[in-house]
Amino acid sequence: MTEMLREYLPILIFLGLAVGLSGVIVLASYILARQKPDSEKVSAYECGFDAFDDSRGQFDVRFYLVAILFIIFDLEVAFLFPWAITLGHIGMFGFWSMVVFLGILTIGFVYEWRKGALEWE
Amino acid sequence: MDSLTMMPALPEIFLAVAGMALLMFGVFQGDKSRHWMTWAVVACLVIAGAAVPQLADGRSLAFGGLFITDPFAVFMKELVLIGAVLALIMATGFNEREKIARFEFPILVLYATVGMLLMISANDLIALYVGIELQSLCLYVLAAFRRDTGRSSEAGLKYFVLGALSSGMLLYGASLIYGFAGTTRFDGLAEVLAGNDISLGLIVGIVFLIAGLAFKVSAVPFHMWTPDVYEGAPTPVTAFFASAPKMAAMALFIRVMIEPLGEAATDWRQIIVFISIASMLLGAFAAIWQTNIKRLLAYSSIGHMGYALIGLAAGTEEGVRGILVYLAIYLPMVIGTFACVMCMRRQGRMVEGIEDLAGIARTNPGMALALAIFMFSMAGIPPLAGFFGKLYIFLPAIESGLYTLAVIGVLSSVVGAFYYLRIVKLMYFDEASEAFDRPMGRELSLILVVTGVFTLFFFVSPEPLVGNAAAAAAALFGG
Repeated sequence: MTEMLREYLPILIFLGLAVGLSGVIVLASYILARQKPDSEKVSAYECGFDAFDDSRGQFDVRFYLVAILFIIFDLEVAFLFPWAITLGHIGMFGFWSMVVFLGILTIGFVYEWRKGALEWE
Repeated sequence: MDSLTMMPALPEIFLAVAGMALLMFGVFQGDKSRHWMTWAVVACLVIAGAAVPQLADGRSLAFGGLFITDPFAVFMKELVLIGAVLALIMATGFNEREKIARFEFPILVLYATVGMLLMISANDLIALYVGIELQSLCLYVLAAFRRDTGRSSEAGLKYFVLGALSSGMLLYGASLIYGFAGTTRFDGLAEVLAGNDISLGLIVGIVFLIAGLAFKVSAVPFHMWTPDVYEGAPTPVTAFFASAPKMAAMALFIRVMIEPLGEAATDWRQIIVFISIASMLLGAFAAIWQTNIKRLLAYSSIGHMGYALIGLAAGTEEGVRGILVYLAIYLPMVIGTFACVMCMRRQGRMVEGIEDLAGIARTNPGMALALAIFMFSMAGIPPLAGFFGKLYIFLPAIESGLYTLAVIGVLSSVVGAFYYLRIVKLMYFDEASEAFDRPMGRELSLILVVTGVFTLFFFVSPEPLVGNAAAAAAALFGG
């Protein structure tokens, strides 16, 4: 047990140094620097713009829907690449497995189409 | 290619294909199809239920060993299918009345059921995870099915976030187990554990896996989602949650603990003992202060899972038999109770307060009698079915020397009896309030009669159920 703990000693030292040093830096700026806050200095800074809106603003739920539908077909394509490369090794079983998978996805696609999920208006 | 056979998984494949076909019919016909959709799905589930025991010839593997069917799987699958069918039938009238009927509802139940069947038959950590996810994703949607009310949406979101957390823990545990054992196969894991000393990393992995599974059976300390989800979800969905997924998660729990991790029983037993005691006590004490009947039943189900886990803590063949008997008795009991909750309707609106049950023995004698039977049975009063469930759980615990666990179990069931009997007292001895709406619906009365008769007259011939449960448990240990 002590053997194992000794192996972790460098991490403990590193942790102590990290906490100590960051504490010193944060405190030093309070103690040494002159503090003259005004409303411009303490306001949130966003890439040179004023922070003009709440980050929890509403947006159209349709963006969300499109993003979800996109992810499904994105992953499908990501799945097709390794399949296409190994097609020579996995034989007919591998081929038909992917065809079945694509068929299942197509059913999902027909469903969302008929449901009108792809129509913007 | 021989190991890639799919025959043992034929019922699941049939259900999945039927689900896709029905989805296509439904989406092309529009919402009119909801009238026949429920019955089509029920027919599919019944066909699968008939096929499951036919295709299971002892212990057979499919998909290169990822999928297993044995008498244990058959027993649990039948329970899941019965739960799903009853919950679906209960939902038909309710969804129409509450104007939330859509043709997707039965299809989601169907896919959740396929996921549960996969969980029960999982023989690999990956297959386990895929089954759990298929089930859970459908259940999240079902919880939020009444999407225009805040409570239902909240239930769905809570369930989703906590379910994702538990899936994460389960996956983390599975990755640790794979890292330290070098395999995700259950049989391979059993070999690794049998041969060597169990490394610390493997134990950490097992603990995370248990935490993830405990989430799914809603055992303390992973129960927080249960009352809110039960309360917020539409009542037939809650009935479904309390029945079929509990069966599947418990079956998975048992298989994982006994088959691959059986050799490590001394290491995990204390965890199971702890969550079992905690679930029983919380289920008993927290339910006392509830005023909403669905919340009360949520705590009651937490307690019941605690009792079932006693059998797992024993870790013996009799213990597993006890769990199977307990679950088989719990299923009709809980479905029947929720059928009673669905009868609680005044002027077309659902009421859920426990106080609303006051004096209904005079106004709705049939429903009061049924609910009284279920409450007495849940409290474990002989000769009702619930008593035998507890009997088969406590006996193996005592035989394995888990006296503390058995004593705490008996004591907490005494505490639990208080709130079950309070409902009976409210119905029979308190001042009558307004009567519930009539008629309660043919499908509800049918379910009440069937489950009530089972619970009341189980003691007449317990042998078929106990015998099947014993055979199922033996299959798990014999393999």
